[in-house]
Amino acid sequence: MSDTTLARPPVSIALVGNPNCGKTALFNQLTGSRQKVANYAGVTVERKEGRLVLPSGRKVRVLDLPGAYSLNATSPDEAVTRDVCLGQHPDETQPDLLLCVADATNLRLHLRFVLELKRLGRPMVLALNMVDAAKRRGILIDRDKLEQELGFPVVETVAIRRQGAAALINVLDEHRLAVPAAPTTGADLHAEARRLIASAVTMPQPTSPIDEAIDRWVLHPVWGLLILAATMLLVFQAVYAWGEPIKGIIDAAIQWLGAEVTALLPAGILRSLLVEGVIAGVGGVLVFLPQILILFFFILVLEESGYLPRAAFLLDRFMVGAGLSGRAFIPLLSSFACAVPGIMATRSIPDPRDRLLTILVAPLMTCSARLPVYALLIGAFIPDRAVFGVFNLQGLTLFALYAAGIVSALIVALVARYIGKQASEQALLLEIPAWRVPNPRDVFLGLRERAGIFLRRVGTIILALSVLLWFLSSFPTPPADWSRPAIEYSFAGHIGRGLAMLFEPIGFNWQICVALIPGLAAREVAISGLASVYAISAGDGTEQVLATTLASSWSLATALSLLAWYVFAPQCLSTIAVIRRESGSLKITLFSVVLLAFMAYAAAFAAYHLTGALQ
Amino acid sequence: MGLLSELPPGASGRIVDITAQSASDPIAERLHDLGFVAGEPVKLVSYGPFGADPLLVQIGFTRFALRRSEAARIVVNTEEAAHV
Repeated sequence: MSDTTLARPPVSIALVGNPNCGKTALFNQLTGSRQKVANYAGVTVERKEGRLVLPSGRKVRVLDLPGAYSLNATSPDEAVTRDVCLGQHPDETQPDLLLCVADATNLRLHLRFVLELKRLGRPMVLALNMVDAAKRRGILIDRDKLEQELGFPVVETVAIRRQGAAALINVLDEHRLAVPAAPTTGADLHAEARRLIASAVTMPQPTSPIDEAIDRWVLHPVWGLLILAATMLLVFQAVYAWGEPIKGIIDAAIQWLGAEVTALLPAGILRSLLVEGVIAGVGGVLVFLPQILILFFFILVLEESGYLPRAAFLLDRFMVGAGLSGRAFIPLLSSFACAVPGIMATRSIPDPRDRLLTILVAPLMTCSARLPVYALLIGAFIPDRAVFGVFNLQGLTLFALYAAGIVSALIVALVARYIGKQASEQALLLEIPAWRVPNPRDVFLGLRERAGIFLRRVGTIILALSVLLWFLSSFPTPPADWSRPAIEYSFAGHIGRGLAMLFEPIGFNWQICVALIPGLAAREVAISGLASVYAISAGDGTEQVLATTLASSWSLATALSLLAWYVFAPQCLSTIAVIRRESGSLKITLFSVVLLAFMAYAAAFAAYHLTGALQ
Repeated sequence: MGLLSELPPGASGRIVDITAQSASDPIAERLHDLGFVAGEPVKLVSYGPFGADPLLVQIGFTRFALRRSEAARIVVNTEEAAHV
């Protein structure tokens, strides 16, 4: 070992290593629940920091850097890792110690990066992770020899086991940590890695026979696709079967809270603000939390186990045909439940261009919140009759609405690919990692993080916007002798009437325009918006009465136009808010909103005029 | 001698060269960083279900999914079918 030692004990450590080395599991093991998750400024890269208290009582800041194969960065994630390691990151001080993590079963690949980092001449410790899995496969690693050759401490860890990082914590607590001498930069890292493995590692066979046996089925052209279809069916079944009842409970709790506050407070502005603005607005978004958590539970389990890259392998060619990448499949499928978790799930797409495109088309997948609006309008306007003996016209209309969303997403993706053609070739180069049993703690911490992101959104921007919408729909209050619905007298009523000019070419009357304003909070709220504009009092059978009223006051062309509008319209503040957060760019968010609004207007215009011409 | 993208499933060989498609070909550089370097044994494990793309490739202890165009940069010698 080198004679140079650290002048002072390290106060900041950065975990760095290849993707799939178990780095995040080790980070969770070291820091437990003392973590903070944020984004690096200007990029969509997650910044995870935690605190470790060593046995001596010394506190150390631990940074979990994004996984990287090389300091020659090819993605924003890898660029962050490179900049922090080199001490060139604008918002991050250079860590005192680099804690390299390498998968003991995948040393040929991971040692190359360790050697690349060693060239930086910074204080280092190598954690040989998953040594238990290596032992099971008969892989023998001579730790002493490796440590001697590398010139810095090498410790064995099992990140997923309790006390699996004890040896590592003891090494970190030692004050005398050697600084490796920076080697000459010209040396061939691959040759060096090969030499190290030849001298310190015995490896009976390159892959695990169990993994090969599983993959023969999971990656099979026919069985693999069937297993994927069955897995997706299970996930969405669970989202509905488990999510709906909990959604019902939360819904009931929100209504109970609203009723309690109504009973407690005297009628007036404060009560109206709390009940109709805050509780109804925030509650309307909060009910999606159980389904988001269930969906993310499955996505995290599939990710931790190593299934997600395999699904991407199976579907890559198919998705490339549509201008996307294999990894876009799960986020897009999730968007049929709700675009919010779908867009959040695009984090598993490493390529920034593929990720942005997926975010852009995700809102075109018909989410479950559009279903109540579709159901109301189809029930009111489309006759319930058989087509070609076997199909039902109402069912076909619903199918056409879903298909319109998917087809338009394909068109947007293809156009984007055509425009971006001059850009460099997009790489797949996807590692298919070993199968792993997901660790409950890692899944739990991942879920808590997602729930936190969602709840912070609800607590800040959605709360603010709900209050704004409430204000617009409630003020000014009509005079006592006002006989028509109160909303007509409000700002929303005036805005709706003003918008009516703009929407007249697509067949919307002013009542629809007024209802669209509260409908911005959540798509299905437009129904209660319509009910209040048409002065239908809440109660049993509201929807039935509303359907009859609409059928008598709108033309078929107007109804079809509104349906077409709903396929595309950026009618959901939560989605816009999550696009803003996940893209990290106001420009992209605005582009997305304008694109969707344009598509909605064009589709509604076509639907209105075609229906008019055909009748 | 042949291209990795033209091997049948189950075939293996040793890498002879990585052909960059331009002076600075980021995909060729990345292949190099991932361990696709001359002398390494590789094996084409299987194909994806649509259009026999991507390819599942074993190199060292690791497996990668490579698109056909990516694998076409890798020149292999199948005569020297090393144990992978």
